[in-house]
Amino acid sequence: PCRTRYCTPSSITPTMNCRAEVLEVSVEGRQVEEAMLAVLHTVLLHRSTGKFHYKKEGTYSIGTVGTQDVDCDFIDFAYVRVSSEELDRALRKAVGEFKDALRNSGSDGMGQISLEFYQKKKSRWPFSDECIPWELWTIKVNVVNLANEQERQICREKVGEKLCEKIINIVEVMNRHEYLPKMPTQSEVDNVFDTSLKDVQPYLYKISYQITDSLGTSVTTTMRRLIKDTLAL
Amino acid sequence: AMDTDLSSQDRKDLDKFIKFFALKTVQVIVQARLGEKICTRSSSSPTGSDWFNLAIKDIPEVTHEAKKALAGQLPAVGRSMCVEISLKTSEGDSMELEIWCLEMNEKCDKEIKVSYTVYNRLSLLLKSLLAITRVTPAYRLSRKQGHEYVILYRIYFGEVQLSGLGEGFQTVRVGTVGTPVGTITLSCAYRINLAFMSTRQFERTPPIMGIIIDHFVDRPYPSSSPMHPCNYRAGEDNGAIYPSVEDSQEVCTTSFSTSPPSQCVFTVTKAHFQTPPPVVTDTLKVPVMGLAFSHQLSSSRLSYQPAALGVGSADMGYPVLFAGGLNAAHPHQLIGPGKEGGVPPIPSQPAHGTQADQERMCTPLDGVHYSAATPSSSEDTETVSNSSEGKCGSPHDLLETIFIRKVGAFVNKPINQVTMANLDIPFAMFAPKNVELEDNDPMVNPPDSPETESPLQGSLHSEGSSGSSTGNTHDDFVMIDFKPAFSKDDILPMDLGTFYREFQNPPQLSSLSIDIGAQSMAEDLDSLPEKLAVHEKNVKEFDAFVETLQ
Repeated sequence: PCRTRYCTPSSITPTMNCRAEVLEVSVEGRQVEEAMLAVLHTVLLHRSTGKFHYKKEGTYSIGTVGTQDVDCDFIDFAYVRVSSEELDRALRKAVGEFKDALRNSGSDGMGQISLEFYQKKKSRWPFSDECIPWELWTIKVNVVNLANEQERQICREKVGEKLCEKIINIVEVMNRHEYLPKMPTQSEVDNVFDTSLKDVQPYLYKISYQITDSLGTSVTTTMRRLIKDTLAL
Repeated sequence: AMDTDLSSQDRKDLDKFIKFFALKTVQVIVQARLGEKICTRSSSSPTGSDWFNLAIKDIPEVTHEAKKALAGQLPAVGRSMCVEISLKTSEGDSMELEIWCLEMNEKCDKEIKVSYTVYNRLSLLLKSLLAITRVTPAYRLSRKQGHEYVILYRIYFGEVQLSGLGEGFQTVRVGTVGTPVGTITLSCAYRINLAFMSTRQFERTPPIMGIIIDHFVDRPYPSSSPMHPCNYRAGEDNGAIYPSVEDSQEVCTTSFSTSPPSQCVFTVTKAHFQTPPPVVTDTLKVPVMGLAFSHQLSSSRLSYQPAALGVGSADMGYPVLFAGGLNAAHPHQLIGPGKEGGVPPIPSQPAHGTQADQERMCTPLDGVHYSAATPSSSEDTETVSNSSEGKCGSPHDLLETIFIRKVGAFVNKPINQVTMANLDIPFAMFAPKNVELEDNDPMVNPPDSPETESPLQGSLHSEGSSGSSTGNTHDDFVMIDFKPAFSKDDILPMDLGTFYREFQNPPQLSSLSIDIGAQSMAEDLDSLPEKLAVHEKNVKEFDAFVETLQ
């Protein structure tokens, strides 16, 4: 199950608590991408709305979010994602880099990928805007090597079952209706939502990953901020 | 009394939200069991008909059924809306797989804002439902439906009935939303015995087919609404029964206000297609679109596309249809299971013991030929009937079973499509060579050879189906062409039959032949005294020898 910790990430000046969820999966190398996409898309399904259209008098209307089924090729599993090619591309890019880093690191195949939702708090010059996370999802991955086809077949099913459990865990967390950023006014919307996509509007998020070296310590060999560091100062 | 705090507008809005939430819930569940991948488009411009800001199609029949079940009521305490998902095989056996329950409990949240927070949380709950409907075991089953079984749905309103799910069913909570009049909860109870079923099992050849109790017979509650298939056929299904669009379609126009958060402008209008709505906003394009859209749904249904609709047809995540064998005249009822000819009674003692009690055959639904499965019950020789009453095997057996037959050693009913070459069973020689003729089946008509009990005993005299034996001992032996486990040609390069024939008549022992025996006896008697004298002389040596043996 998800372990919820209320933590204040050390890298950022804390002004509020950010809840953190950790999920762990053991997968075969070729399953990494699909498993990560399944989890990330499920989280983002719940954390995306339709596009806001602001009108006068401070009212706004919300666009429509479409969904679609995705079948996995290497796992006996299917999941639902938001119908947005831009969002899918962004996630695939991040997951692809994570997978490559895992493969090239020469470690035992352990790493983690994190999806962080944050709000921007504008500061006055010369201080840059703060990014205040309010929800952090971490997926710890352990890559296993299998010897033969029979084991692979079993792994397909087992990982499928595990992912079903993860989806249930994610939904459980979402259902707690805990802190969500206040609905922003038009001037503030970019501090809360990613408005750059044309069809849907996820909360501001960033994806990062770490590869664990063979000693098990969480040494960052590559720490990168991918996607949506929308700050342009 | 408890809703005096709620303004009447809020109350009306809340009721409307709950009603449409219930309808959308049913749509999501049924669509997730159609067996097809669902795909809808995002739209940045709100269309107004998309309740909860989600693109969820409305299949007209499903809406119709849901409204019929609700009968104008809303889920309330003790009155839950349930969507029952079940599986029905080609022989007409059915089994409940899941019950999705939309319930209301008494826990109220007075502070919550109806048209803002409740609405958004209901939207979130629908997203959770989309996700959860893909992770219960019935999803994978429903993706494989069409040939040997179909998935049906049934909506009822009232008390939740979970008894049909078998023992040890599991529940998963999709979510809850608190409202001023109660807390809405959405959950699913599902049969656990599916959990270990993988789709692999449909490609293998499991021999077991238990009997699924026909629960329509046992259903305790009187108002059992008919089951409906999750995937729809076209054809006789006339769109006239279910109006594809309602006369007064309720559309949802939502405007949210951000400043201050407590204020909200929310309008829900009834749109008539001829009359423009009183509030003119640019979001209300819907009515026309909605009409056209729904219309398109019914016409595509009527056109009966036999091929699978590709994923690319984004608007039509629509059910596809299925192999022949369906009773086309009545779309909501599936195959009228047919019995082909007579089915011979089962022998009362299948030789394999308990395992065989569950071994039956059934022919997969190939559109034309059905053979009804035989009940595995204590009434041994009961001939099969379609609506199988009789004790249900444990649900675990049931679904392990399915639909692909395997020939067991003691098959009773010959299978048309099985040839001798495929039979990898012991006593293969007894498998009828001509599968059509039951008379040759030695299990039905054992060969008459009163001396031999079984072919592997005795002298291997055997008639088989080719007639009785002749007198010559060598020719009596009929080559058996199967491979008993114990015969290996490592030492002697010959098979069992040859071996036996070779060594069947060994030469007599010389001492047993009368002439030679008599001769040597006389000689022995004569030489006895001499031998005795010699032995007496050596008595001491003999004694010493015996000592060493002590």
